[in-house]
Amino acid sequence: MRRKSRGTSLPPRLHPLPVRLMHWTNALAMIIMIMSGWGIYDDYVIIHGLHFSAAYRLGSWAAPSLLWHFAGMWLLALNGVAYLGYGIATGRLRERMLPIHFKDVLHTVRDTLHFKIEHDDLTVYNAVQKLLYIVVILAGIWQVFTGLLIWKPIQFSSAVSLLGGFQAVRIEHFIGMSVIVGFLIVHVALSILVPRTLWAMLSGGPRLAGGTHP
Amino acid sequence: MKSPFRPAQPPTAAILDDHRRLIRLIERRGILRGGLSLGMLAMLTGCDVTSEPAVDKALHLMSSWNDRVQAALFDPNHLAPTYPKSMILQPPKFNAYYDITEVKPVDPQTWKLELAGLISDKRPWTAERLATLPEREMVIKHICVEGWDYIGGWSGPTLRSFLERVGADLHAKYVAFKTADDYPSSIDMATALHPQTLLATKYAGAPLADPFGFPLRLRMATKLGYKNPKWITAIEVTNRYPGGYWENLGENWFAGM
Repeated sequence: MRRKSRGTSLPPRLHPLPVRLMHWTNALAMIIMIMSGWGIYDDYVIIHGLHFSAAYRLGSWAAPSLLWHFAGMWLLALNGVAYLGYGIATGRLRERMLPIHFKDVLHTVRDTLHFKIEHDDLTVYNAVQKLLYIVVILAGIWQVFTGLLIWKPIQFSSAVSLLGGFQAVRIEHFIGMSVIVGFLIVHVALSILVPRTLWAMLSGGPRLAGGTHP
Repeated sequence: MKSPFRPAQPPTAAILDDHRRLIRLIERRGILRGGLSLGMLAMLTGCDVTSEPAVDKALHLMSSWNDRVQAALFDPNHLAPTYPKSMILQPPKFNAYYDITEVKPVDPQTWKLELAGLISDKRPWTAERLATLPEREMVIKHICVEGWDYIGGWSGPTLRSFLERVGADLHAKYVAFKTADDYPSSIDMATALHPQTLLATKYAGAPLADPFGFPLRLRMATKLGYKNPKWITAIEVTNRYPGGYWENLGENWFAGM
């Protein structure tokens, strides 16, 4: 095994290469799932009057949208499992996301409302950031779970009835999508406001202070 | 730092004046070129990626892979939830690739069920003879690939009992159907043998009405709506992939729930 001597090796970057690869794979998978999902949704809408125009749908009609959705699900789920596995094994998830204190959340929200958006140190996530990342990771897991139930409502009939029946699970899957799209809008807007964060997700970002895991 | 490409002495402004027209031309060319590439970009994004043959092929490969995954997920002993008779929708929902006004009723006097493929007794069946088979009733949810559903009550012989009766090869891969409305369909043998797969002749205890497949249709509790052909005229047991109406247009074949 190769051993890095502590003195000479550089500390790891904020976003090591596997994280960057999985981030952009996830971005692609999410876009495929959201846009093909809108194509499937449009066949039988949940919210009366809410349609997605062809420009936002992946697939020229429902059948190709379904093909995209059931192909994209593998990319999303496998990449998601790899990301969670990596995050848990390296300790990155816990280090990045925890702890969250309610007081800090309030503090950050108050600052943001006063247009005091400080983002000098990319390597430290503020409480609201941590909360949003946790919510979107849970929403992603929720989408894979409810999506599986919609795909196989008879094979997993007890789980479906636990969640209120087939139509209820459709709505729950739709709500999960809405949470992710809401996150996506804030996430992309902030990365444009603070372009250094976008660059960091491409290049790796600043090197972390010693003693931190990747 | 000073650029090595920049002359030490800037040129006099007069030169710019002399070549003003040329400079404008270069700019105009640039705009033209830029406009063209912008147009190309718009054409690229406007082009439907799903219509690219390579993408199309990859998506269909994934769909075939999903057929295999679904066959593995299918539990032949797991029963779909059933509901009380009071929840049966009357009449059932009509759905086809054409409107209900275009339904062409089948004449029960001349109707016959033809058999083909890996079946030992291929004599055709009449409606009367079918009625002598033991009947089973099930009140199940019909789920359409579009997303809607309703509860329906169906009765008729199980497809399994029929296949056993005519001596079909139960190890064959597929059971295929031909219909009076030109809606070919096919299912896997495991689903054909499931106890909630019926050759339905009745809805809510009464003979099927014309728009819903009289005199014979398929009703499965474990597959999406479009896998249930109506007005069946022929059944074939085969090992060669038979496809189906929507499947040939790009819907997933297994379509199990």
